Amino acid sequence: MARSMCWHCQSEVAGEYFCERCVKVQPLSKEQDYFTCLGLPRLLTIDATGLENKFYEMSRSFHPDFYQTKTDTERTISLGNSALLNTAYRTLKDPIQRAEYLVRLEAGAVKEIRNQPPADLFEEILSLQDDLEEFRAADGQPSADLTALRTKLQTDREALERRQQDMESRLFDLFETWDRLQRQFEPTEAIRAKKESVLKEMRELLSNRTYVRNIINDLVATVG
Amino acid sequence: MARIVGIDLGTTNSLIAYMDGKTPTVVPGRNGRTMVPSVVAMTDNGLIVGDAAKEHLVRNPERTIYSVKRFMGKGLADVQSEVPYFPYTLQEQGGVIRIRIGDKSYSPPQISAMILKELKQRAEAHLGESITKAVITVPAYFNDSQRQATKDAGMIAGLEVLRIINEPTAASLAYGLQERTQGTIAVYDLGGGTFDISILKLKNGIFEVLATNGDTHLGGDDLDRTIGDLFAKDIQEQYGIDINLHGDDMQSLRLEAERAKIRLSDDLKTSVTLNLPDGKSQYRRELTRDQLEELTLPLIERSLGPCRLALKDAGLTPADIDEVVLVGGSTRMPLVRQCVEGLFGKPPHSNLNPDEVVALGAAVQADILSGGTTDMLLLDVTPLSLGIETMGGVVSSLIRRNTTIPTSAKEMFTTYVDGQTSVDIHILQGERELARDNRSLARFQLKMPPLPAGVPRIEVTFLIDANGILNVSARDVRTGATQSVAVKPSYGLSDDEVEKMIGESFKFAAEDFKARQLIEARNEAEAILHATKKALGQGAHLLTGDDLAAIKSALTALDGARSTEDHKLIRTRIQDVEKVTHDFAELLMDTSLKEALQNKSLSEMTEPSEKA
Ligand SMILES: Nc1ncnc2c1ncn2[C@@H]1O[C@H](COP(=O)(O)OP(=O)(O)OP(=O)(O)O)[C@@H](O)[C@H]1O
Ligand SMILES: [Mg+2]
Repeated sequence: MARSMCWHCQSEVAGEYFCERCVKVQPLSKEQDYFTCLGLPRLLTIDATGLENKFYEMSRSFHPDFYQTKTDTERTISLGNSALLNTAYRTLKDPIQRAEYLVRLEAGAVKEIRNQPPADLFEEILSLQDDLEEFRAADGQPSADLTALRTKLQTDREALERRQQDMESRLFDLFETWDRLQRQFEPTEAIRAKKESVLKEMRELLSNRTYVRNIINDLVATVG
Repeated sequence: MARIVGIDLGTTNSLIAYMDGKTPTVVPGRNGRTMVPSVVAMTDNGLIVGDAAKEHLVRNPERTIYSVKRFMGKGLADVQSEVPYFPYTLQEQGGVIRIRIGDKSYSPPQISAMILKELKQRAEAHLGESITKAVITVPAYFNDSQRQATKDAGMIAGLEVLRIINEPTAASLAYGLQERTQGTIAVYDLGGGTFDISILKLKNGIFEVLATNGDTHLGGDDLDRTIGDLFAKDIQEQYGIDINLHGDDMQSLRLEAERAKIRLSDDLKTSVTLNLPDGKSQYRRELTRDQLEELTLPLIERSLGPCRLALKDAGLTPADIDEVVLVGGSTRMPLVRQCVEGLFGKPPHSNLNPDEVVALGAAVQADILSGGTTDMLLLDVTPLSLGIETMGGVVSSLIRRNTTIPTSAKEMFTTYVDGQTSVDIHILQGERELARDNRSLARFQLKMPPLPAGVPRIEVTFLIDANGILNVSARDVRTGATQSVAVKPSYGLSDDEVEKMIGESFKFAAEDFKARQLIEARNEAEAILHATKKALGQGAHLLTGDDLAAIKSALTALDGARSTEDHKLIRTRIQDVEKVTHDFAELLMDTSLKEALQNKSLSEMTEPSEKA
């Protein structure tokens, strides 16, 4: 844990929320990642109730409501800490956001996760988008063609939804693999390589999943 | 620390509450009522707020302002469809609506400040201390401009607004304190002007809002209009009179529609009478609860959409909700209860007084802020997504709706042209993809160091604080220098304007106090003169000649005093009148009581009881 000085009494602090000597609230380090912020190891399986309890407990330490009568500096720290805590909690609470965050955290230079269609669905998605365009262009004018098109698009949607579910269950399998590798005390070269490949697969799954998800949303919005 | 009060600044009614030990308590008025109608009348005798002002709605429609909350943080174009319903004149200046009264115009925060001052004075009189700090509630679905306008109103009223808190969440605090429940609750708040739904998780003193949604233009006012429109149509058809051309009669119609609606919450049918502007005809009709429900169902169903969206955002189904809590006067309507029960599949909770629960919760929040209550904590959310306009008018989202506040997002900006010295940024709030479909919040200009394109790096932090209000700051990443950002609100008063209004209100404060006493004395004088003359008209024959002469001379003296500037003299003359009319009043009371009783039995014989 990085050591620093209390902003108020200059005594040494090492990541405590409150200075041991003067009891003033300390700013959470902006550099620390969300897992560290919430006192968690960098694992993907998280106990929801435990996480929630930790979030509530930390909210009780930092929320601006409890700093109304304090100095301006303490109020600013409380605001910054709460904002960071809320973002950390929101990100880690949701498994998909959590995985995206971890992938970006572990990635070197390329932090962005681009949305791309699954390679094997590329052709299919192109033709689906054409159909969707045609459906929109018909502007609700009833016809036999339109009814057929609607049915087709609904079937496509169901297929995509199944695909999304498959991708998610594969993702959750990878959560366990990741956690197992992460728990190894002395990671060998082989383990490191394995972790890289898990991250790579997760990145691809996440990118495909978002892409598919967006198309499903489009379909729901247009066809119902 | 000085006491902090909690204020429910409602569309129709406002209340002020404080913590009496561990119990939140609403401050009662002199008449024992806890609600102050949110009505402001600018009479010839001066400013009147609350119950007394309500009487001026019909007498003085162009100078009596009600439902001003609907205009907070809005431009004229936002309320265009409502303008015909308001008898006072609306204008716009600098993106802010102004209400024109005589040769003066007032911004909505100034009018709200008048209501806040009335509440403040009420609390000061009750508690015997000066009040300077407050928590004020707003509909959860209020946007940034509307929240800021509410804060401005507090400042103009001489109050330091320590927190803006959402009405349904305030209600949940009062509910949680009283019922000590754990679990997931839905708070359904249908008031006079706005609708809110909030879904919360209550666990060990933490009140976590999971999702919120609503409609800031849906409430009892809209129901009254629908009913009023029906009456107006009848009147047009039967008498050929366009009631909307007559401000005072339009008000009578609106009030009669509201009263009928309220009666139909208990009764199955009711009769409506209205004197028409031609001075001779009277409109009469019967309205049944069935008719009312048929008329208002579409409006009430409009509240269910936001409920479903909130559930969806919270990732819950109706079955996950342990308790539904009703807040707001309009939830007394059986149809509302029925619709809510239909959606959530369980009868709503109604042990709390729906009128007071928001103010009580605001007092609890005030107590948390002052360090009194330490075991409860509210974690609220921002109701609308926040973003900035990018190339092509598309919104780039920075903070999603239903994000727990406080929260912040950072965005890096650079230049596109060599030597470019500024970048314009447009902040928006809403859920749509195109900038023009969202609510413009503010614009600001980011200063850039004159460097080759792409080299400057200015990091802007958008922070939504615990009030749900946006704060913007900027920092040059290369130099570390911070830059002050002058944000220009699209629909709000500028800091200078608020400053000026505060100045005015302070300048007038001392005068106000004296003026107020004079106004109150004059109003009372007027009322007593009017009542006594009316009584003499009815019962002069009951008096001896001496008594009659004494009363008449006291009245003349009061009438004379009324035009002086001396409120003490007026008060003395009022007392004189009261003294000489004391016996007469009792005498009349007896006779009129008898008459009233006779009338009652008569009417009961002709009209059978309508109770359900
Ligand atoms: N018994 C009743 N039946 C039906 N409606 C009622 C009843 N009592 C009050 N109302 C309506 O409730 C509304 C006022 O409710 P309330 O005082 O909760 O609103 P508010 O807090 O002023 O408004 P808002 O919260 O929207 O700003 C009015 O429209 C009034 O007509
Ligand atoms: Mg209300």
